[in-house]
Amino acid sequence: MLAVIDYEVGNLGSVYKAFRYLGAPVSLTKDPAELQKASGLILPGVGAFAEGAANLRRLGLESIIRERLQKGTPFLGICLGLQLLFETSEENAGSDRLAIGLGLCRGAVRRFPAGLKVPQIGWNELKFTRPSPLFAGLQSGCHVYFLHSYYAAPADCRLVVATTDYGIDYCSAIELDNIYAVQFHPEKSGEVGLAILRNFCAICS
Amino acid sequence: MLTKRIIPCLDVTEGRVVKGTRFIDIKDAGDPVELAAYYDQQGADELVFYDITASSMGKRPLLEVVKRTAERVFIPLTVGGGVRDLADMHDLLAIGADKISVNTAAVKNPELINQGAERFGSQCIVLSVDCLRRTKTDGSIWWEVVINGGRTPTGINVLDWVVEGVQRGAGELVLNSIDYDGTHYGYDNLLNREVAARTAVPVIASGGAGKLEHLREAILLGRADAVLAASIFHHGTYSIMDVKRYLAEAGIPVRLDIYGHTKQGGER
Repeated sequence: MLAVIDYEVGNLGSVYKAFRYLGAPVSLTKDPAELQKASGLILPGVGAFAEGAANLRRLGLESIIRERLQKGTPFLGICLGLQLLFETSEENAGSDRLAIGLGLCRGAVRRFPAGLKVPQIGWNELKFTRPSPLFAGLQSGCHVYFLHSYYAAPADCRLVVATTDYGIDYCSAIELDNIYAVQFHPEKSGEVGLAILRNFCAICS
Repeated sequence: MLTKRIIPCLDVTEGRVVKGTRFIDIKDAGDPVELAAYYDQQGADELVFYDITASSMGKRPLLEVVKRTAERVFIPLTVGGGVRDLADMHDLLAIGADKISVNTAAVKNPELINQGAERFGSQCIVLSVDCLRRTKTDGSIWWEVVINGGRTPTGINVLDWVVEGVQRGAGELVLNSIDYDGTHYGYDNLLNREVAARTAVPVIASGGAGKLEHLREAILLGRADAVLAASIFHHGTYSIMDVKRYLAEAGIPVRLDIYGHTKQGGER
């Protein structure tokens, strides 16, 4: 059973629906018992970084995620779910408190530079920097759907498995042992996105 | 590179597509869900359902249509038409819409844009504007915002309204040219260009497409980030791929590789 982690932010349902469409056994849950026995964890999400991080802590989900990741459970972060893996975000840059993520990956989440249309909305290319089972069967240069104002800048470039060009070349997918995460929305990326979710199911089985 | 989006728009009432389509290979071309799935397979980058039913949102078959679509079509879906308040937005998003298009209600109550953007995020809020060309006594032109499905002029200048709308939190703009809609003469590129120069959010050209050149001009001359079209697709004048191949040949970045297996033109 896959578990889509319900941490009370936007856009959880469409990821859940996409896995269900693929015929994968999946639940949308914040129940610790279910998360403890899931064969794979998915952290989707659209919304503010600080709120997402706070929700993970308030709902007691951060410790479960850490524990399961240490044990090697496959994990897929999507959009905000990728950003939350990093240490800090510029998203709440006006406020006096730095937004702190899970810190499972070293690096910061940054805003796109001035002069670009922000958010980036639409289909852009994935340029694979090294092979990843998440992208099995797909060609470098394939298009996926993006919708975001911030991007992750990993301190260790070995994490990066795909980059995308939006005025700057930025990291659009990472892989670190059992942790996979993408900045785009596979659940809104048509056949290519479904192939990526199917690949994640294969990784979990 | 970010591609230019090609977006078919489906007018829906009482849960059915209004204008008939000429596709013979679709089981039920009046069913928005079947058409949405068809356009997805054809390579549409996004879909718009525009509901023209007069009843309140809660009673509409549209909600059921959006729900069924979201269960089998996995590209972005924008829903508009008669969205009046936050409750309407919430209902549509909860059931599977990705973005909500607001038009008349936003003109009558601009705070709706702020509230929607704060609650659901700017990326969800699309400001759709029906624009009518006007000529001043000195011969210069301006565009007037028209509401209630093109029936009620407001006196508001479109260029002022879109700037205000973006400041209030709209994440995208759809500009429907009343003058060009249905004419097949091409999009109002001057309008789109003026708006693109004043705002920093994506601009979607709508109304007037009749030939392939029109879509190219909307992007190159009108500086549009996406083009919306209805009849050229519904009538089968061009397929989505016809449009995309044409644009690609003109050097415009588009998504041809639907299946991600090949770098160019990868249909099944």
